[in-house]
Amino acid sequence: MDLKFTKEQIEFRKEVRDFLEKEIPPRWKELGYIAWEETDESWAITRGWNKKLGKKGWLALTWPKEFGGLGRSHVDQLILDEELSAANTPTGIETNVTIAWVCPTIRLFGTEEQKQKYLPPAARGEINFCLGYSEPNAGSDLASLQTAAIEDGDGFIINGQKVWTSYAHRAEYCWLAARSDPDAPKHKGISMFVVDMKTPGISVRPLINAAGFHSFNEVFFDNVRIPKENLVGEKNRGWYQLAVALDFERSNVGRPAEFKKVIAQLVTYCKETKRNGRLLSDDPTIRKKLAKLALDTEILRLLCYRITWMQTHGEKPNYEASITKVFSSELIDRLYNTGMEILGPHAQLDRGSKWAVFNGLITRSFIVAPSMAMGGGTSEVQRNIIALRGLGLPSK
Amino acid sequence: MDKEFTKEQNILKASARDFLKKECPTEIMRDMRHNEKGYPDSLWNQMASLGWLGIVIPEQYDGLGGNFIDLAILLESMGEFCCPGPFFSTVVLGGQTIIKAGTEQQKMEILPKISSGEMILTLAVNEYESWWDFDSIAVSAKAEGKEFILNGSKLFVENAHIADYIICVARTGDKNELGKGLTLFLVDPQNPNIKSTKLETLSWDKQYEVIFDNVCVSADSIIGEVGEANDILNHLLDYAAVAKSAEMLGGIQKAFKMSVAYAKERKQFDKPIGSFQAIQHHCANMLIDVDGARFIIYQAARKLAAGEPAGMESAMAKAWVSDASYRVTRLGHQIHSAISFTDEHDMHLYYRNAKTGEIAFGNSDYHLERIAQHLGM
Repeated sequence: MDLKFTKEQIEFRKEVRDFLEKEIPPRWKELGYIAWEETDESWAITRGWNKKLGKKGWLALTWPKEFGGLGRSHVDQLILDEELSAANTPTGIETNVTIAWVCPTIRLFGTEEQKQKYLPPAARGEINFCLGYSEPNAGSDLASLQTAAIEDGDGFIINGQKVWTSYAHRAEYCWLAARSDPDAPKHKGISMFVVDMKTPGISVRPLINAAGFHSFNEVFFDNVRIPKENLVGEKNRGWYQLAVALDFERSNVGRPAEFKKVIAQLVTYCKETKRNGRLLSDDPTIRKKLAKLALDTEILRLLCYRITWMQTHGEKPNYEASITKVFSSELIDRLYNTGMEILGPHAQLDRGSKWAVFNGLITRSFIVAPSMAMGGGTSEVQRNIIALRGLGLPSK
Repeated sequence: MDKEFTKEQNILKASARDFLKKECPTEIMRDMRHNEKGYPDSLWNQMASLGWLGIVIPEQYDGLGGNFIDLAILLESMGEFCCPGPFFSTVVLGGQTIIKAGTEQQKMEILPKISSGEMILTLAVNEYESWWDFDSIAVSAKAEGKEFILNGSKLFVENAHIADYIICVARTGDKNELGKGLTLFLVDPQNPNIKSTKLETLSWDKQYEVIFDNVCVSADSIIGEVGEANDILNHLLDYAAVAKSAEMLGGIQKAFKMSVAYAKERKQFDKPIGSFQAIQHHCANMLIDVDGARFIIYQAARKLAAGEPAGMESAMAKAWVSDASYRVTRLGHQIHSAISFTDEHDMHLYYRNAKTGEIAFGNSDYHLERIAQHLGM
């Protein structure tokens, strides 16, 4: 892969950077939230920001114009992702879920009406999907999910429970995996639906996460009746579509730009901070730790560029996406744990405290970091995928 | 974003692999344990006639005029087949030094003979108290009229026993001056005041201690300017580190493929061991290491091929592949288990070469420090 950018691409990066410098709301920088959906205020900032991006056509940059995109290349998307990640914009996971995972799946498997109904408003930043995947007894073994979707006249009746559903209390729609044939083998009886979150019978209960935020929810479906046209793709072929959507989910190509920025902040901190009589940047152990993080981040960047490179050449990333996912999640752990080591006693200090470093960014990210190796499939599940799909090792 | 290789480079890769598969079975590396010279002549002569020895030598000096990517492709294949011999010391170290810093006369004398396989070179840099740290080089060269007198001891000099020239890095300036004062000398190893002692090595490659005891060399034998060798040495370090990384990549890729194939075929508890998640995760980790190595090495290779500064990229490539090579070959042993801990199995050859490669041109500790400097610390 030759990763050189064209003149136009370099200009596009500059355009994005200039825009972000001018347009990120000052209040967002003040809040310094890493959980964008926590409060009404931060969510409102996020929604407003997404609409702003939508107006520029940047929310769904690669989509065709008929669906509200600009028909731009995957490399432009990569550039945009990198700049958005590095700038800590108000955009959060809701945009990845909606724009990068759910809608592309709808585009692949949905009807013309479905595409027209969901894609353009999503590209304008007006609607978001939450993910109805995990259940209390279906985590890594997602195919054993039990939420039922029973065909009934001109619709389906949904009954069951989802869990770990991020921003379900904010989203307009749920992208739901449900069992439509209880008698079929477990992978062959699942279908995918779009469910309006205002449909009667849905209740959402908050689950406060380990960082103290309301991000997760439990979602209960009690005889929820949805029209038949909300089925996406073929009935009972949902597992296949789910696998496609999950591959989209595992390809978050902008992330290394964010890590690079955190490392640069740490380098600056170490060059300015003395402990025990010398600058931290003169400590060989710390030098080595930061160098290792920079190296790993560069490896991740190249693994991500492969994804973009494949997309550019019309190939569908598969186990390659799992490689970036597992490497990225484990690097987040190393990044913030190493950050904590470098901050020393200051690592304990949270946002708002006197002597807190970077307004508690490292400390908060450290608390959140383990979740990265859980959501979207644990690192163990990713390695299974790499081995089975990527290397052709036998499943039994 | 373009593909990794051009069509010609893909052909070069395929033909290199075909040739080595036929002519360089791993038995050759095993035989080098008890072979004084370090390689079979027939293999060297064939490599010369294929044009490999002149791969990066400009056409006006009878080379193929290829770039660093072409070189990396050959080295990757050589790593895959554990190919022994003086290719690295001659083509990569010696050849690049002459191309980069030699006089026209030196180029005309030496480069065509490298291409034809008639001349073997090596580079003497490291010492007992100096390991790719140019400021600590102690071997001295004192000017006496139009001549220089070399004194001191070099270590880990590859192929000193068969080299036509040793390129010796010696201090001509004040030892307290940092970042300068070094000069490169072309030295004839047959000089009676040079004593070479063979070192017994992990990979049975031929490395020597070379002692210079009042060795007199003429000013004609200087490569580049007196006292100005630091820049060329820094370039050579990047160049050689990435070249060695490419060779190591070929080795770990092979060790990885052998292990996945074995995991599919070896049965225990009535199942292929590759169906166990413990083994699957080892294989997944190996793939991540190998893919990461490929991308980061060719990123640096592309910079070098374009003649751009590649300090950070080469440090990253060598730091990554140094650690990844150990991890991959160690897991290769683990997946094969007892069968790979036999002399006749190839895994220990890859395990050995991984460590030898890791040590060459600085291990990950060394290159992580270079990365730290590039980060601005």
